[in-house]
Amino acid sequence: MIEVKNVSKKFDSLIVLDNVSFSVGDARLIVILGPSGTGKTVLLKAILGLTPVDSGEVLFDGKSIQAIDESEIYEIRKNIGFVFQGTALFDSMNVLDNIALPIVEHTSASTSEVKDKVVQILEIIGMSGKEKLYPRSLSGGMKRLVAVGRALALDPKYLFYDEPTTGLDPIMRDRVVNLIIDLKKKYAKSGIVVTHDLDTAKAVGDEIYMLKKGKISKVRQIRKEVYNG
Amino acid sequence: MNLFSLIGDFSVFFFRSLFISWKIKTTKWRILEQVYHIGIGSLPIIIVIAIFTGLVSIVQTSYQLIGTVPRYILGTTLGRMVMIELGPILTALMVSGRCASSMAAEIGTMRVTEQIDALEVMAIDPYRFLNLPRIIGIFIALPILTVISEFVALICGAVYAHYFLDVPFSVFNYGLTHYFYAKDFFGGLIKSLFFALVIAASGCYFGFKVKGGAKEVGKAATYAVVTASILILVLDFLVALVIFG
Ligand SMILES: Nc1ncnc2c1ncn2[C@@H]1O[C@H](COP(=O)(O)OP(=O)(O)O)[C@@H](O)[C@H]1O
Ligand SMILES: [Mg+2]
Repeated sequence: MIEVKNVSKKFDSLIVLDNVSFSVGDARLIVILGPSGTGKTVLLKAILGLTPVDSGEVLFDGKSIQAIDESEIYEIRKNIGFVFQGTALFDSMNVLDNIALPIVEHTSASTSEVKDKVVQILEIIGMSGKEKLYPRSLSGGMKRLVAVGRALALDPKYLFYDEPTTGLDPIMRDRVVNLIIDLKKKYAKSGIVVTHDLDTAKAVGDEIYMLKKGKISKVRQIRKEVYNG
Repeated sequence: MNLFSLIGDFSVFFFRSLFISWKIKTTKWRILEQVYHIGIGSLPIIIVIAIFTGLVSIVQTSYQLIGTVPRYILGTTLGRMVMIELGPILTALMVSGRCASSMAAEIGTMRVTEQIDALEVMAIDPYRFLNLPRIIGIFIALPILTVISEFVALICGAVYAHYFLDVPFSVFNYGLTHYFYAKDFFGGLIKSLFFALVIAASGCYFGFKVKGGAKEVGKAATYAVVTASILILVLDFLVALVIFG
């Protein structure tokens, strides 16, 4: 369970998050909807402790990340996979090494065990056989999939997706959306999906929130008017 | 940022990169990769520089000394010049040009494409993952490169003296070895260890602090080389004061 309680954040005079509260239960996907530049990425990074907040707190299973030191934050982060908006794949490493890195760094798995695990993940994300490719030779959509794969490496309980479908063609978008749904249904991954795409929000969200001008509000029924107005 | 807070920030960054848990099991491969990358990558240019350093020094020295002192002094002088000053300094400046800039560009690019954030999110300390191997890698590679360049420079000087200045190998060698002080050689090496630290620290620091895009990455590479070069010369003076002053 992740609880975000009264989190506020501003950059100079720009108020990005204003008393934001919500929680993420087990095996549930929370969608945060909002136009570009409203602070969705800032919110995700604040939850991970990457961006310090001005006030409020974030609790992981009751433990506040504002109250613990860096090594404990690192421990908590191992339970969260983060799919960056721009994928943030390591461009000096091939697909295999990208996905293997967290496993190599955090477990004592042997080389062959690591490889097996990566092959397994590639199967889940539908990228089998692409181990040797480098990010630069992947399409935008394939990079997204690999980024999801890397986020899965440590078998995290939560997955955060930052605009997972932005800029993808319809076919790739469906693939990513289906993967997100699958990961929840088959592997019980809870998480947060941040997006400005209504269709993605409707397809994956168990609960949908709207973030606008720093305020968050629960959306009961999506209508275009809600979004635009 | 004013100069003092920059120096403070730079020092904190440097110590934060070294005084962490090394996790040597995975880090050792990353260190070796850097030693290889820095060492082998810089070797050709270092050798070219060393050849000409040796030749220029012998020509200049003979111009200044021949006729006034015994000829073996040529070997003594060249040896000292190369071991104390020219070898460490020129090698460090060359490596700084190559490596401080490429470190800053590489890490800076990782910063702007959020790859450093990605490390943080995966609970991998980017200071250990990126900075530590570069600092240790160059700390190992630079003294080795320095010794190689000194060796090459002395050989070239000796060959030139033998064939063009009428100073046979035996005479040159007498001057070189008979008045050899271990302090000269090791003093030079100690300098190169300090130089290694500032090269890696500048490269990593300016890369890490990049905010923005491609243009800022380019600037970071420039700052890294300029800072490293200045610090190399300042340290050269300070270490010289302590060891030879
Ligand atoms: N480090 C920062 N410093 C200053 N302003 C920032 C910083 N990060 C984000 N912002 C600002 O906060 C706002 C929200 O950004 P972001 O969370 O990236 O939006 P989005 O909802 O598109 O993900 C933007 O106006 C952005 O300019
Ligand atoms: Mg964003």
